Amino acid sequence: MKQAQQHRRSVMRAVVGLAMGALIPMGAAQAADKVKVGLMLPATGTYAALGSAITNGFKLYVEEQGGKLAGAEIEYAAVDDESDPSKATENANRLVVRDRVDALVGTVHSGVALAMARVAKSRDTLFIVPNAGADDLTGSLCSPNLFRTSFTNWQPAYAMGKAAIERGHKTAVTLTWNYAAGQEAVKGFNQAFTEGGGKVLKDLALPFPNVEFQSYLTEIAALKPDAVYVFFAGGGAAKFVRDYAGAGLKASVPLYSSGFLTDGTLEAMGGAGEGLITALHYADGLEVPRDKTFRTAYAAKFGTQPDVYAVQGYDAAQLLHAGLKAVGGDVKKKAEMRKAMREASIDSPRGAFTLSAAHNPVQDIYLRKAEGKVNKVTGIAAKALADPATGCKM
Amino acid sequence: MDFTSFLIQLLNALQYGLLLFLVASGLTLVFGIMGIINLAHGSFYMLGAYLAFVLTSLTGNLLLTIALGVPLAFAFGALLEWLLFAHLYKRNHLEQVLLTYGLILIFEELRSLAVGDDVHGVAIPALFSASIPLSDNLSYPVYRIVISVVCLALAVGLYFLIQRTRLGMMIRAGSHDRDMVQALGIDIDSLYRVVFALGVALAALAGMLAAPISSVYPGMGSSVLIISFVIVVIGGIGSVWGALVAALVIGFADTFGKVLLPDLAGLMVYLVMAAVLLWRPEGIFRKG
Repeated sequence: MKQAQQHRRSVMRAVVGLAMGALIPMGAAQAADKVKVGLMLPATGTYAALGSAITNGFKLYVEEQGGKLAGAEIEYAAVDDESDPSKATENANRLVVRDRVDALVGTVHSGVALAMARVAKSRDTLFIVPNAGADDLTGSLCSPNLFRTSFTNWQPAYAMGKAAIERGHKTAVTLTWNYAAGQEAVKGFNQAFTEGGGKVLKDLALPFPNVEFQSYLTEIAALKPDAVYVFFAGGGAAKFVRDYAGAGLKASVPLYSSGFLTDGTLEAMGGAGEGLITALHYADGLEVPRDKTFRTAYAAKFGTQPDVYAVQGYDAAQLLHAGLKAVGGDVKKKAEMRKAMREASIDSPRGAFTLSAAHNPVQDIYLRKAEGKVNKVTGIAAKALADPATGCKM
Repeated sequence: MDFTSFLIQLLNALQYGLLLFLVASGLTLVFGIMGIINLAHGSFYMLGAYLAFVLTSLTGNLLLTIALGVPLAFAFGALLEWLLFAHLYKRNHLEQVLLTYGLILIFEELRSLAVGDDVHGVAIPALFSASIPLSDNLSYPVYRIVISVVCLALAVGLYFLIQRTRLGMMIRAGSHDRDMVQALGIDIDSLYRVVFALGVALAALAGMLAAPISSVYPGMGSSVLIISFVIVVIGGIGSVWGALVAALVIGFADTFGKVLLPDLAGLMVYLVMAAVLLWRPEGIFRKG
């Protein structure tokens, strides 16, 4: 339905575009001053809210610059990716091949982002990832045209493992869904935890998206570790934290996680989430001046407080801006533009960050504590943490 | 696994099995007895959970919410039957699949428009919010035990309704030969409307009861749909006891599968299903 609509809309656009071209011969000259951005994000399904936060963040930055980045007017083409990997190649082709976007921006779901990376690479189109955390995107699949403004699954997990050691824990049990994001996160946590001299007693994994945790809680209680690390998000996260508290484990075995556990789910956890410690590259109550102005502007425009996804969208636009500035808005100068993006320092609401050689943020990972409905910053778990970019040859 | 852990896992399995029966009970009526392939069963469960969320935030009390929500769901089921399902009894299964699949999409979109895509929680009623200590560091929430008791009561109630009452007799007769039952002067249309509405009300009740422990989130309906069909099919289509036994078997297979064969945990349920169907293709309790 939605796709059909979008398809109709873009056919209309193409027809209007042709007509305009015929009427105004200087249309071609003007086109050089325009940059077409393809937003491929979820507009429906479980991740719809994340998709709109990223879009809002991106467009907010562009509007703050007066709708132009380095003199080039920003035009948008949008496709709802439905977080469906099976439609990802087709959807990405729509933007890259048919609409000929200068920059492809997306998405939330890692499986979809991996397919987008292949399409973007085959056409050498600039591709900015504003969320998907799959390690491979800036690992074995790293590429000169691919940039990320979010995180790798490894990053917050590694920082959490480091912090768990610093908090004096010697043994741990991990639990996650048996899927790529969870496995990558557990790998990161275990690496830091064992490097610090800790021992991981057992890695537990349940099939995605199963949410019957009781038997695992029983195992955790029997193993009696010093700490538990989990990777869950969304409804499963809320259910897990409630079950963990309901089983009485919260009082005796501290629970740690990457920040997605408590982002947007604290209200659903009731009181069960109170006091949970998580690690992420963004937090509430940051002492970053840029964050304060960003939050005020975002809340004034959209009527809600921004979240980490809005920040990542905002920074995707900032990164594009950094590239365009270096080439005076001329997207045809690909190599120069990418070099500038690679070397950019992004003044992000999360705190300034630079990019690694594999084009992933080198950023501070914060420790946060859940208080009421916010994840309040309590310190820094890892300063300027770079992903190891395993398998990246560039 | 020491003995205490084993006993606790046994309790987990039993409790999960009973919860699965609760979730599948509505489908036992609509698919098992009326013979409609109702893919929207999970959506009714999801609607129940969201109803619990919306009504509890208005009334502040889950028990009151259930008292209000079950009749609402029943009325909604009756309306749907009159509007859509009544036209399906004599049609083939493909059309039932298409209609009920369409309903999934519609309900999911309506849910998104009305309540949004955020994850929500429903508070456990204060009366049952305590926990019982099981070992030195593990305790069991009373609310889960309450749910198990409700499930058992529902199983007994359904069995009596279907096997021991006049209404149940008419329902069973109707599922065998609709025309003959009608010829005998029974108003089969109203009868089926009541049974379908009851199935929807049960699915919604399951959603409402499960909401405090499962939380309320987009797509929650699809997670219960497959397992509900598995239970009705291996229990033996049309048998309430069969569904109960099947739910317990799945509860045990899933719980102990996760502990003993973690690598096969995702397959366990389907391995059991395949084994049961090889052994008894008609399901555990199917009568001739």
